[in-house]
Amino acid sequence: MLEVKDLHSYYGKSHILHGVHLNVRQGEIVSLLGRNGVGRSTTIKAIMGQVQSSGSVVFKGQELMGQKAYMIARKGLGIVPENRDIFPSLTVRQNLLLGMKGRKESGRWSMEDMYNLFPRLRERAEAPAGVMSGGEQQMLTLCRTLMGDPDLVMIDEPTEGLAPKIVDQVANLFDEIAKRGISILLVEQKLTIALRISQRVYVMGHGQIVFEGTPDDLRANEGVRKEWLEV
Amino acid sequence: MEFFLVTTLNSLSYGLLLFMLSSGLTLIFSMMGVLNFAHASFYMLGAYFAYQTSTYLGFWPALVIAPLAVAFLGALTERYGLRTVHRYGHVAELLFTFGLAYIIEEFVHLLWGRAPVEYKIPEILDFSAFSIFSTQYPAYRVFMMLMSVGMLACLYLVLTRTRIGLIIQASLTHPEMVEALGHNVPSVFMTVFAGGAALAGLAGVIGGNAFVTEPGMAASVGTIVFVVVVFGGMGSLAGAFIASLIIGAVQTFSVAFDYSLATLLTGLGVQLNTESAWYELWKVTIAQAAPVLPYILMVLMLIVRPKGLMGTREG
Ligand SMILES: Nc1ncnc2c1ncn2[C@@H]1O[C@H](COP(=O)(O)OP(=O)(O)OP(=O)(O)O)[C@@H](O)[C@H]1O
Ligand SMILES: [Mg+2]
Repeated sequence: MLEVKDLHSYYGKSHILHGVHLNVRQGEIVSLLGRNGVGRSTTIKAIMGQVQSSGSVVFKGQELMGQKAYMIARKGLGIVPENRDIFPSLTVRQNLLLGMKGRKESGRWSMEDMYNLFPRLRERAEAPAGVMSGGEQQMLTLCRTLMGDPDLVMIDEPTEGLAPKIVDQVANLFDEIAKRGISILLVEQKLTIALRISQRVYVMGHGQIVFEGTPDDLRANEGVRKEWLEV
Repeated sequence: MEFFLVTTLNSLSYGLLLFMLSSGLTLIFSMMGVLNFAHASFYMLGAYFAYQTSTYLGFWPALVIAPLAVAFLGALTERYGLRTVHRYGHVAELLFTFGLAYIIEEFVHLLWGRAPVEYKIPEILDFSAFSIFSTQYPAYRVFMMLMSVGMLACLYLVLTRTRIGLIIQASLTHPEMVEALGHNVPSVFMTVFAGGAALAGLAGVIGGNAFVTEPGMAASVGTIVFVVVVFGGMGSLAGAFIASLIIGAVQTFSVAFDYSLATLLTGLGVQLNTESAWYELWKVTIAQAAPVLPYILMVLMLIVRPKGLMGTREG
């Protein structure tokens, strides 16, 4: 469904990604692991068309390289960035509305689904999103992207800094997403969740993929964990 | 009392006109991160287009056609000018708008000459709406106020109640995220630029005949609008609104005051004559100092609050 080949990315003159290869199949949950600063966020931003890049990104049979981000989004790719870019002065409901690509609810998710999954969002529907807690903002960012009915979502460190109770809620949402046949490319640093929910994992180091396999492969491979994951 | 009421009304209509300019400038600034030096040129073009159109078709068609024409030029400016220049950074964008302001001024010289043109208020509005004691208050001033308030109410409703308004609001602060949700942000930017230009154009249509339509109008109004946005705080619509009314009032009231520091000092019992130290300074009247008062206010504001009245951005 998503096939990335020889992806090189640049911020100005600094060359960050050095030929990344990865793929995600229909309905699959795939994790992209690695230490801070190895280029995981850059990889998904580059797929989304937000970073100057070269190489090939094929999604549902179409080449995305060189396309504008909004065109890529309209093809069915969604991103949930790590910095939780909610629109703080707009209300929770307005944030969700802007997740939709058109005026009407369509596709797999309705506003009602989101409110049922996260009752907190219903309670705060008319409050400015900026006054919500970090965890609530994280849920909102996820839900907002889902309102756009993506076929594949790329989610950047969704559980970073969240209380365990909320982490469980987020994990439930992943199950729900997978149930509806949506693929997930999950960027994580913590192994626990990633190994539990993923079908396959990639490990990144210095702008390249250094390991690829199933969660069991990674559990068994102490060398890779020591060299590329543990601090 | 009479003087006070009339001057208050005048400063209100002028302040609202300033806000039509400063609101567009503020939106465009929030979006691009640079001041558009050509913004007041759109005001001037609005006035000249309206003058030209009204000689053929009369005032009312001009009221619609001129702002639309200016909006179209604004859209072209964003699409083929700023968007191209953008990749070279803010300085290039700033220089671009600067250059554009000169080009528009020269263009106006060429087409309409250097002298003021006879852009008059329409006859149907050339009567006195009501009288305040012995002063007849002109209907056109009332019309100006109604137009500005109506237009700004529309702007407010569009920004807060419509889907495109929400997309615009979000794009001002988080353009990358908005685009990643599948919204065509470049075209949103073009729309905002065209809308801001249209507001400036409309201000020109209704201000050009109330004041004067001449090639120097862009420069003189431009500097005042610049003062307004700096005073109000760059990027803040509420700040621009308050600042427009304040600066409008300061400019309108000050020209009418014949008092000087000498009046005050004499009132306090200080004896002043031509021999006194600094005599020249004491006898400058507020009316004489009127043109610099807005700048003095701006400088004071920058000293007390470098971000301006309600500004959030640095610099
Ligand atoms: N906007 C930017 N401009 C310049 N360099 C950047 C920018 N964003 C990231 N980088 C650099 O690119 C490299 C990879 O960053 P990236 O955000 O992809 O890392 P990451 O793997 O997501 O790690 P983390 O999110 O934990 O910081 C880092 O060295 C970072 O300093
Ligand atoms: Mg990151």
